[in-house]
Amino acid sequence: MRLEILNSGYSSGTKLLFAVIRTFSRQPVPDAAKLVFYRPGFYGTQAKKFTHEAMRGPSAWSVADRELMAAYVSKVNETAFCIGAHSATAGQAYRDRAKVEAVLTDPDSAPIEEGLRATLRMLGKLTREGMVNAGDMREVLSAGVSSRQVEDALAVCAAFNTTDRLADAFGFELLSPEGFEAGAKYLLKRGYK
Amino acid sequence: MPDEDGKRAAHQALVESVLNGEGRASSELRARAYNNAGLPQPLQALIGKVATNPAQVTDADFAAAQAAGFSEDQLFELVTCAAVGQSSRLYEAGLAALAEAAGSGEADDAT
Repeated sequence: MRLEILNSGYSSGTKLLFAVIRTFSRQPVPDAAKLVFYRPGFYGTQAKKFTHEAMRGPSAWSVADRELMAAYVSKVNETAFCIGAHSATAGQAYRDRAKVEAVLTDPDSAPIEEGLRATLRMLGKLTREGMVNAGDMREVLSAGVSSRQVEDALAVCAAFNTTDRLADAFGFELLSPEGFEAGAKYLLKRGYK
Repeated sequence: MPDEDGKRAAHQALVESVLNGEGRASSELRARAYNNAGLPQPLQALIGKVATNPAQVTDADFAAAQAAGFSEDQLFELVTCAAVGQSSRLYEAGLAALAEAAGSGEADDAT
């Protein structure tokens, strides 16, 4: 990562934890995981709580749908690390990698429900342009999405616009496909806590 | 479904933590990074990219900010504030548009 403190500035206890993770996963510790362990009182502790709440908290959206939204927002931001991580996680959650690839390639033609499609379009516009209007939201609502679901999707959008920016700014190192799949398995089992 | 949105409360706690939690950069600098406004160069160049064009951040942006006297810990904090700030603006813009579409001041009323 670009700041040396994010590579090596961890307590001995945290370094030991990283060694244990490496041993059991047989993969390097992802930079996304390292970041939340750096001075966690500043960012990591609350970031994990918010991201977990958005991605695994109560919602009418499935975990798979929310992981797909995370991958899609990351695609709009062109953040390679998060595209890799969350397309792998969505693919495992749906047990359908092709569906995820289709959405990232072209959400308009992908084989998904209209409500999810309308939601992804809205999140894409918000992420790209920094703004959406009431008309954009009416389109989502008229596709059968509840207000609460829109709020839940906006929380996913906020969480991943943060993570994407940090991944790009700090320069998260990409993982191998096996590394992303191992991370996805962990995220589906344990979430973001 | 309960009216209370735990997601928004958790987001607010994150914002509070990065703006006012213990840190090495002053609260004033952190607020400016969060708002992407009013920072001295070359720091503003780095923070502006984090907020609006993060894929364009380079090693040179960090090197310039460090050469201007900011420590790695301060840059960790200010970059994080910029990322959280931009995301908060997106979140708020989305919630405001939803409230307007739902035809009331409170989006929750429509659920």
